[in-house]
Amino acid sequence: MKALATPRGMVVAVLLIFLALLPVYAAASGNAFLLTLFTRIVILAIAATSLNLIMGYGGLVSFGHAAYLGVGGYVIGILAKEGITSGFVQWPLALVVSGLFALVVGALSLRTRGVYFIMITLAFAQMIYYVAVGLDRYGGDDGLTIYRRSQFAGLLNLSNKTVFYYVCLILLMAVIYVCWRLVNSRFGLVVQGARSNDRRMRSLGFPTFRYRLTCFVIAGVLCGLAGALLANHTDFVSPAMMHWTRSGDLIVMVVLGGMASSFGPLIGAVALLVLEETLSGVTEYWQIILGPLLLLVVLFARGGIDGLLAGGRRA
Amino acid sequence: MPDALLQIADLTKRFGGVTASDHITLDIWRGELHAIIGPNGAGKTTLIGQLTGELAPNSGHIRFDGQDITALPVYRRSQLGLARSFQITSLFLDFTALDNVALAVQAHAGHSFRFWHDARREPELREPARAALDRVGLTRRADVRVANLSHGEHRQLEIAMALATRPRMLLLDEPMAGMGPEESARMVAMLRELKQELTILLIEHDMEAVFALADRITVLVYGRVIASGTPDAIRANAEVREAYLGEQQVVAHG
Amino acid sequence: MLLIAEQCLNGLQFGLLLFLLAAGLTLVFGIMDLVNLAHGSLYMVGAYFAATFAALTGSFLIGAVLALVATLLVGMAVEVIALRRLYGRDHLDHVLGTFGLILFFNELVRLVWGPAGRTLPLPSWLNTALEIVPGLYYPTYRFAIIVVTLAVAIFLYLLVMRTRIGMLIRAGASNREMVGALGINIKLLYTLVFGLGAALAGLAGLMQAPILTVQIGMGENVLILAFVVIIIGGIGSIRGAFIASIFVGLLDTVGRAFLIDLLRVVFSQNAASTAGAALSSMLIYVVMAVVLVLRPEGLFPVSSK
Repeated sequence: MKALATPRGMVVAVLLIFLALLPVYAAASGNAFLLTLFTRIVILAIAATSLNLIMGYGGLVSFGHAAYLGVGGYVIGILAKEGITSGFVQWPLALVVSGLFALVVGALSLRTRGVYFIMITLAFAQMIYYVAVGLDRYGGDDGLTIYRRSQFAGLLNLSNKTVFYYVCLILLMAVIYVCWRLVNSRFGLVVQGARSNDRRMRSLGFPTFRYRLTCFVIAGVLCGLAGALLANHTDFVSPAMMHWTRSGDLIVMVVLGGMASSFGPLIGAVALLVLEETLSGVTEYWQIILGPLLLLVVLFARGGIDGLLAGGRRA
Repeated sequence: MPDALLQIADLTKRFGGVTASDHITLDIWRGELHAIIGPNGAGKTTLIGQLTGELAPNSGHIRFDGQDITALPVYRRSQLGLARSFQITSLFLDFTALDNVALAVQAHAGHSFRFWHDARREPELREPARAALDRVGLTRRADVRVANLSHGEHRQLEIAMALATRPRMLLLDEPMAGMGPEESARMVAMLRELKQELTILLIEHDMEAVFALADRITVLVYGRVIASGTPDAIRANAEVREAYLGEQQVVAHG
Repeated sequence: MLLIAEQCLNGLQFGLLLFLLAAGLTLVFGIMDLVNLAHGSLYMVGAYFAATFAALTGSFLIGAVLALVATLLVGMAVEVIALRRLYGRDHLDHVLGTFGLILFFNELVRLVWGPAGRTLPLPSWLNTALEIVPGLYYPTYRFAIIVVTLAVAIFLYLLVMRTRIGMLIRAGASNREMVGALGINIKLLYTLVFGLGAALAGLAGLMQAPILTVQIGMGENVLILAFVVIIIGGIGSIRGAFIASIFVGLLDTVGRAFLIDLLRVVFSQNAASTAGAALSSMLIYVVMAVVLVLRPEGLFPVSSK
């Protein structure tokens, strides 16, 4: 409760309360668009949180993380097209496939570090992007419409926007909690140590590769979950979901919100998407502002919003 | 025949045209403190690199307690009981001193595929860590971020971390580098204590410390062993004086 | 047989264009240790400038030269205003900062030139075909690209190997601190190197404009290939970039044609086309993955700092 007294704690608390009450507010003000926007924000926050796991805590900058959004989403889309709409089958499969993809990509990419790692993860994302483009049967470049959302045997009606929103929000909270526990566990300390000084970790006796790979896979699985949610949200999947600029967006969210903090990615997702919405109201060419803004954040506010709230202590 | 804990046999390492290690053969006896000295560029760091596994030798073997470790990766050697401290401090700067040492303990406390419980509240990690910090005299600085510790405290922390892995042998790479006289004296005292329980391979430039602590000294010049023996023998060795000690102040000993 | 020869020439031409991009990228990366994602934006800007200047002046060549100069100036301006603050920072900071620049440039281009692409028509004297060997006709323009890029490659080789600036470049690539310690005006050197890279990127952009495309976002796809090239070739190595880009160019063009033919046996033309394109793109990344696993420093690494 002491944490609540800090500026950062208060902002997070207010944000959480706002998110919890959003559907009520949206219904009351008749603004359905708000619910759609924030569902998207919550889903992307899950993806950003998973990226933060490997990037903020693990020091692994993956420029191909949106690939898992795509993989998760396409599993849902492909299964739906083939007539399998049960969420009980789709969602676990989405997680497993994302995990396997992450395993392969990680096993190869983690042999590199620094910018090589960035580029090779980008390359793998491009590969899966081109695979999706080449999938004629599933829409190719035009994408694939999903006519029926994941069915949960009547327990959850995902077609109800409010229900769906709360499902996403609860999953987001669960993911944030799980990541928090993960990061402070023995496993998490190894991953953080490896980010801080991999050489030292190995000389202490840690076989760091296997821990980083596990972390990478976990992040991939969590992002695959976000992908499954996104597919249900937009009733549509397309290769654009995994375009490398989407990966860039995720990275921006994590950095903007504050790396290596539990709620940073959520704050970043909110900040980025709200910024997009407001700026595009101001001018059609809002990215002209966003671009340099990003550069300024990198140069002067490296700890992101979370860092600013915490008093700028963060490096 | 004294019992050799570490046997270095014919170790050779070349970088392009430079031979950094030239057929080095050396035995480190169990329980001794063996110092390696030599002018800059003699290949001491290269030697340590090969002993720890960061560098692969071109030829030669290394045996630790009878086991051939030449091909083993770095982390395996640490798990076998070969610990090292770094010449250029290599710590986890964002963590506290206690966190650093606890990580060292964790490395040798089974696997780390534990995802749920807060590792900072595990007594089986924290207790031995505190004990190691006590040993080197950093008890009061346990909760300070390493980035905020002094250089001398960093060196102490390095030793604490090496100790926390419960090693059988310590490889100390210039532990007194950059220390003032007071801090050096404290380090020497601590090493004298540690000598009783551990085999130590010490690489140092500080001649006073070396001659005060070493049971045996090996002199390395241009990657070759030019002399190896007791401190007295080394002090008296003409070749050594010429190659190395002559450049340094002659240290008077009591 | 003739078809294979033609594909090989296309592959060579594409590879050489890729080299222009990769050379600039590897120079900037090797010397300033700067990961510049916005390199593709300079490529795009070069193409747009060329289209505009050619239309204004009515001459392809004059337009090309003006575009080259303009891109050089834009590149140096970007370096001075924005990028030089990134030197010495984490690569992540570079990635983020230059990603922001990509967004900026894409929008700026959209603002100035509009969302629709541009065209750069070839002058009639280039829009012909040459008889390279009896029976084999090859478009003059593509042949010109090969000649020009080879000339640039030779120029770069001479510059890096035979001049004082080149020596500084090579020294900087293998030991940055030393060059600084020698008292050379590092800032100026960096700006010039960046400008050179920008000019190369702009040249690549304007040369491919008549045959491929001038549109927003065109830089990004080819940028990734350029990064793949420098990873395969070894960061900082121009020679490595040259060999790797030819290889990648051939693999992409010839590989794609070959794969499409192969797949057409089983699939329809349309399916074979898309699948073939996808597979050949993947092939390049597979090669990069293999190189990274077997030889992470690249095939022709510059000796490390």
